[in-house]
Amino acid sequence: MDFRLNEEQQMLQDTVARLVRGEYSFEKRLEFSETDAGFSVDFWKQLGELGLTAVPFPEELGGFGGTGVEVQSVMTELGRGLCLEPYLQSVIFGGGLISQAGDDSQKEAWLEGIASGGLQAAVALQEPQSFYNLNDVETRAEKNDKGYLLNGRKAVVIGGHCADLILVSARTSGDTSDANGISLFALKADTAGIERRVYPTIDGFKGCDLTLNNVQVDAGALLGEEGNASGVIEYQSGRAIAALCAEAVGVMETANELTLDYLKQRKQFGVPIGKFQVLQHRMVDMMSELEQARSMAILAASVANEEQSDERRRVLSAAKNIIGRSGQFISEQGVQSHGGIGMTWEYNFAHYAKRLIMINHQLGDDDFHLERYASLLQAS
Amino acid sequence: MNMNYTSEELAFRDEVRAFLDEKLPADIAEKVKGFRHLTKEDHQRWQQILCKQGWYASHWPEEYGGVKWTPVQKHIWDEESCRYGAPRSIPFGVNMVAPVIIRFGNEEQKQTYLPRILSGEDWWCQGYSEPGAGSDLASLKTRAVRQGDHYIVNGQKTWTTLGQYANMIFCLVRTNTEVKAQAGISFLLIDMNTPGITVRPIITLDGAHEVNEVFFEDVKVPVENLVGEEDKGWTYAKFLLTYERTGLAGIGLSKAALSHLKELASRRLKNGRPLIEDTSFSQRIAKIEIDLTAAAISNLRIIASVEGGGVPGAESSMLKVKGTEIRQSINDLARRAIGPYAIPFVAEELSLEHEGEFLSDENAAPLSAYYFNNRKLSIFGGSNEIQKNIVSKMILGL
Ligand SMILES: Cc1cc2nc3c(=O)[nH]c(=O)nc-3n(C[C@H](O)[C@H](O)[C@H](O)COP(=O)(O)OP(=O)(O)OC[C@H]3O[C@@H](n4cnc5c(N)ncnc54)[C@H](O)[C@@H]3O)c2cc1C
Repeated sequence: MDFRLNEEQQMLQDTVARLVRGEYSFEKRLEFSETDAGFSVDFWKQLGELGLTAVPFPEELGGFGGTGVEVQSVMTELGRGLCLEPYLQSVIFGGGLISQAGDDSQKEAWLEGIASGGLQAAVALQEPQSFYNLNDVETRAEKNDKGYLLNGRKAVVIGGHCADLILVSARTSGDTSDANGISLFALKADTAGIERRVYPTIDGFKGCDLTLNNVQVDAGALLGEEGNASGVIEYQSGRAIAALCAEAVGVMETANELTLDYLKQRKQFGVPIGKFQVLQHRMVDMMSELEQARSMAILAASVANEEQSDERRRVLSAAKNIIGRSGQFISEQGVQSHGGIGMTWEYNFAHYAKRLIMINHQLGDDDFHLERYASLLQAS
Repeated sequence: MNMNYTSEELAFRDEVRAFLDEKLPADIAEKVKGFRHLTKEDHQRWQQILCKQGWYASHWPEEYGGVKWTPVQKHIWDEESCRYGAPRSIPFGVNMVAPVIIRFGNEEQKQTYLPRILSGEDWWCQGYSEPGAGSDLASLKTRAVRQGDHYIVNGQKTWTTLGQYANMIFCLVRTNTEVKAQAGISFLLIDMNTPGITVRPIITLDGAHEVNEVFFEDVKVPVENLVGEEDKGWTYAKFLLTYERTGLAGIGLSKAALSHLKELASRRLKNGRPLIEDTSFSQRIAKIEIDLTAAAISNLRIIASVEGGGVPGAESSMLKVKGTEIRQSINDLARRAIGPYAIPFVAEELSLEHEGEFLSDENAAPLSAYYFNNRKLSIFGGSNEIQKNIVSKMILGL
């Protein structure tokens, strides 16, 4: 058994780490967050130039053919820097949906762009009523002689505000929460009838809600079989969950380092506050939570590209559940350990704390995944 | 044992309700119930209404314009005003510095400051904490050196809540460096308009401006503004903190927040059904409601003992810890209840004047921000760790 990264994987991780350290100071992150794009266009370009946006894609697209482990290396480092670039949305999730469901011409049209970072994709799978259930789809796509006519609304599309391509789920048949009858469409963001309501997110990103008002697309926008997208969506959201867990681990690592430093440096009652046993034990608990999270992120990465199975589902839900809980623990206890300073905008810890809580609201919170896990429990 | 209100207390409750029905401005109540920021003007408007009714200074002696409410009456007021969505009084003037002035100040200070607190002419803030002195308050460094009939003050205060609105600040300052830390501190009343004072905002993680840094550079403060005796300020400071902590459990606020949460959870859907019917979510709510019931009874037990002449000691520290944890977990659930909509931060929806469609729920916009902001509850007013230290020393003798 060997949990170490191989040489190539380690090199990959080091490259991203170096890049993040060099280009992504906390002060700059605040500035990037304020721009229209909401991230560093320059940093994104660099990721593309170094081939990092191609990591999960096959070699003919300039990629590594990277699996969960390579993705994990990249995402952890982006998490450590609290990076705002749409790696998860565009490369992992968007690119994954097209790779799995697209036909040759669709792949040809879009994947190279996504893999090079030149084309930015976003995924619009949830809706105002859907909570975290991606099979809960009310948006309708009606077949007509020109292709499909889409109507509906999509909720909280992170990165959707400036994406070129938006991957939308819509119902071609069935009732609101049927798994059958969901289809997947790739919409160019400037298609007539798409309205975006753009907003910042509380953790510094940008996103939007989409209204689809008689959006007419041709049949070439349909990804995969009509009515049969539920499995693809579930599979790719699983890959995204694994990636998100890896990001969370990076965020937690930095959060814990910042807290530990603070305990050593902040003096009250004539001693560093780290001398108080209650804070020592809490810091130990925070480190243990991180270890649990790290283990599950590794496990999640290991199944991310495996064939779909109940075992894969269980692992991913278990990982997301742990990440939700440990993230909240580290966030809240870290703020508490810092005292007032941990609550301020100017101090980086607060932003790590916010990201950890918001990760729990992406792709299902700890309750959602606990239920999913429970529904898949084996009798023995 | 009798846990019921007496008929007089019930009559008082009716009177409170009638007053709130009639006099609480609807726009202000809506802001409070929706966790939106109140303006200075909102606070002042409500204060005027309370003063007119004679209910603003509910724990001052009558001779200075207070009302003689029993502890149970105060509790009823607290409970009802939270339920109706009345703003909490900004405590620094009426509930903090005033009791110190009444107890330790001289006649002239009473005549000068108390009426101005009642009229709203003065807005006070609290200058205790410093960058190097938080939990270890006695290590504070802001210096006041006597020169003739003035003190010259130099130093820095921080975390000064709503200092941007204040024209007066009560400060702990070091007047003697030769003695033990606690023994060389004095309690000074300082006019914020004195030359040499600078107020700088601190923005919190939710983007709000609620706290400030206050810098003092050769600030001349007349010696008349010293409360009590020089170097004895620590005693007054501790007296004030007991007042601060009693209110911090926030039982009334938690009850209001819980009913807001239940209402929200009945509106939000999960799998097509109201979230409140979802087993795991309703169990989370139930658990908090049970905890809150217990804390509310603990609160009543303290009130009853005070009514019987007892002095709340470490019990109020325990209640502060429990009470703030409960409120924080209600905030946590409210954020969870809106699912992915916890992520957007639509600032314009924080304003009541917002016209046009709401992104999701009209009450959703402030929920995440409020959750993050209320992490402060377990930090300020003596952090929960410090409260536990107090309990372990005072009750347990550890
Ligand atoms: C939003 C907000 C508003 C505030 N408003 C005001 C105000 O209006 N006026 C004012 O004067 N102050 C105000 N404060 C300051 C507040 O009282 C202090 O933040 C608080 O006393 C904690 O001090 P600190 O932040 O320096 O943390 P520190 O004292 O540095 O504590 C950091 C951590 O160490 C822990 N710790 C410290 N000592 C011990 C110990 N002996 N044993 C165990 N654990 C320990 C603390 O509990 C905390 O978890 C406010 C604070 C906040 C966050």
